Amino acid sequence: MRLLGFLARRGFQSVFVLLGLSILIFIIARVLPGDRARTALGARAPQWVVDRLREDLHLAQPLVAQYGYWLGDALQGDLGISLVTRRAVTDDIRDFLPASLELVLFSGLITAVGGIGLGILSARHKDTWVDNIIRVFSYMGVVIPSFVAAILLLLLFGLILDWFPSIGRLSEGVPRPPKITGFYTVDSLLAGQFATTWDALKHLVLPAVALALGSLSQEARITRSTMSDNLSKDYIAAGRALGVPERLVTGRFLLKASLIPTVSIFGLDFAATLSNAFLVELIFVWPGISRYGVNAMLRKDLNAISAVILILGITFIIVNILVDLGVGALDPRIRLRGARSD
Amino acid sequence: MAREITAGELPAPITREQVNQLQRKNRRENLGRSWYKFSRNPLSVIGGATILVVVLMAVFAPWVAPFPEHAQPFTDFANASKPPSAQNLFGTDEIGRDILSRVIFGFRFSLMMGMIVLALVVPTGVFLGLVAGYFQGGWLDTLIMRVTDVFLAVPPLILALAIAAVLEPNLSNAMVAVSLMWWPWYTRLSYGLASTLRNEFYVSSAETLGASKFHILFHEILPNMTSPIFTKMSLDMGWVIIIGATLSFVGLGVQPPKPGLGTMMASGAKFLPDQWWIAMFPALGIVVVVLGFNLFGDGLRDLLSAEGV
Repeated sequence: MRLLGFLARRGFQSVFVLLGLSILIFIIARVLPGDRARTALGARAPQWVVDRLREDLHLAQPLVAQYGYWLGDALQGDLGISLVTRRAVTDDIRDFLPASLELVLFSGLITAVGGIGLGILSARHKDTWVDNIIRVFSYMGVVIPSFVAAILLLLLFGLILDWFPSIGRLSEGVPRPPKITGFYTVDSLLAGQFATTWDALKHLVLPAVALALGSLSQEARITRSTMSDNLSKDYIAAGRALGVPERLVTGRFLLKASLIPTVSIFGLDFAATLSNAFLVELIFVWPGISRYGVNAMLRKDLNAISAVILILGITFIIVNILVDLGVGALDPRIRLRGARSD
Repeated sequence: MAREITAGELPAPITREQVNQLQRKNRRENLGRSWYKFSRNPLSVIGGATILVVVLMAVFAPWVAPFPEHAQPFTDFANASKPPSAQNLFGTDEIGRDILSRVIFGFRFSLMMGMIVLALVVPTGVFLGLVAGYFQGGWLDTLIMRVTDVFLAVPPLILALAIAAVLEPNLSNAMVAVSLMWWPWYTRLSYGLASTLRNEFYVSSAETLGASKFHILFHEILPNMTSPIFTKMSLDMGWVIIIGATLSFVGLGVQPPKPGLGTMMASGAKFLPDQWWIAMFPALGIVVVVLGFNLFGDGLRDLLSAEGV
């Protein structure tokens, strides 16, 4: 029941955030300089075509009315036509979003397992060479921009060592799985095409690692510092003194308490992951929504830009609600109290 | 029976001059102590030294760079794509320009980006957070913080990319785009600080004494928020430089032939892996600057014990 109340409250808040976001996107797309119809059609389009488009876009009417039309269309699932692909933006997104989600989820998995794993390892062996290597590694991971990391990985493992395929989602000649979820790994498993699954997984490794590196390092640092703080707390000493098995003390008492900041940081870091996906997808020629977004930006395809930002904003909000649920599950003190503190 | 105290017996009242003197002495001692604590941490000293070297190189680029004319439109096809050598420590690019010289000039763009963005963003963001935090619960608080929430609902790089894309692609528009996206982080930080500080005794004393809102905001609360803000600024320099390089890499920042570090990486990426030096030394340049600011910022955080930044 409390869970439902929490979800309702967060959902309600999110509606307002999304409304604000739609205004922001509208301002970026409409108020910034340039004749929108002219930009869309190019310098050589005849004037009457430009006038016609201007009519269709309601450009002659006041801004508030224009926003009303735009929002009305958007709520009906009509985000306009992409100027680059000449298709409905929503169709484009339906095609490109699964590839991005697959990449981001896979990289989230690497972040969670790798970051927490390295953090625990570091805290267990505090001030030994293991700890030092992990700390240097995670510091570099935070400092190296994701596009530099992506290029280095591509260079080393894709081209020089040739361990992994370097671009795209599947090798040439490998049969495409039927479209069920849009995730090649899952769809090919469901269809029983195990060779395709293996190929898709191999394609995922490099971009996902490049994407995960920054947040993984951040997570490892946070996990290490909270765990080593908590190790000196009384309840750990009490647990040990009472003869509770060490596996239970560190594996359950300590870990559960230490993961709270790690999980909350995950929500914030997800912003970085979504942003970095723009470059990682570009570099690895990954046919996802971010690469679509970059191309839209470079060609000033405003409908596509707006849609991409809207979709990513929604994704980010959903992930943060999930993160709050996770934190609540770990920490009874802040369970579902509402929005995270400002 | 109480004896009358004559004026002569009282210690002379402290003059304004003496107060100032004491304050100066205090400040000097504090500074000395802080420097001592800071210098005990080798990593933050390395960070500080890195920043100093990079800033000096950027400022004196025309004199430091071995071939300053290579930062401008310049071609020397006889020396194109040469690997690192004694003459060109970082090698030359595809049209024969010395990469070391271009990286040194590239630092200028990176530092300029960081400084201008922070100069625009920090006063705005801090002011809004300060006002919202002090007038907590009022309509001003609601307005400011809800707008902030909207900006924070989208990853900053994505909106910056979108804004930079709609404007003409160049460095100043990239700065505008990043600035428009960055202030909410300072609003959120100073909002949190201000809403704690407003309950301090010295604030309520000032309120009781009838101090103006201006005095309370800028003379009582603001001076006590500086450590976390400065720490965040140092760490943010690194982030803003990364984002600037990212925008340039995509083609929405510094435009060629100007030597932005991200711009150079983008054009060098075409020549990987055979002529690795064209892309890799600019990349190294970015990493060194960002590492410097991060090490320095971490040291500052430990020193000022500004947790939660």
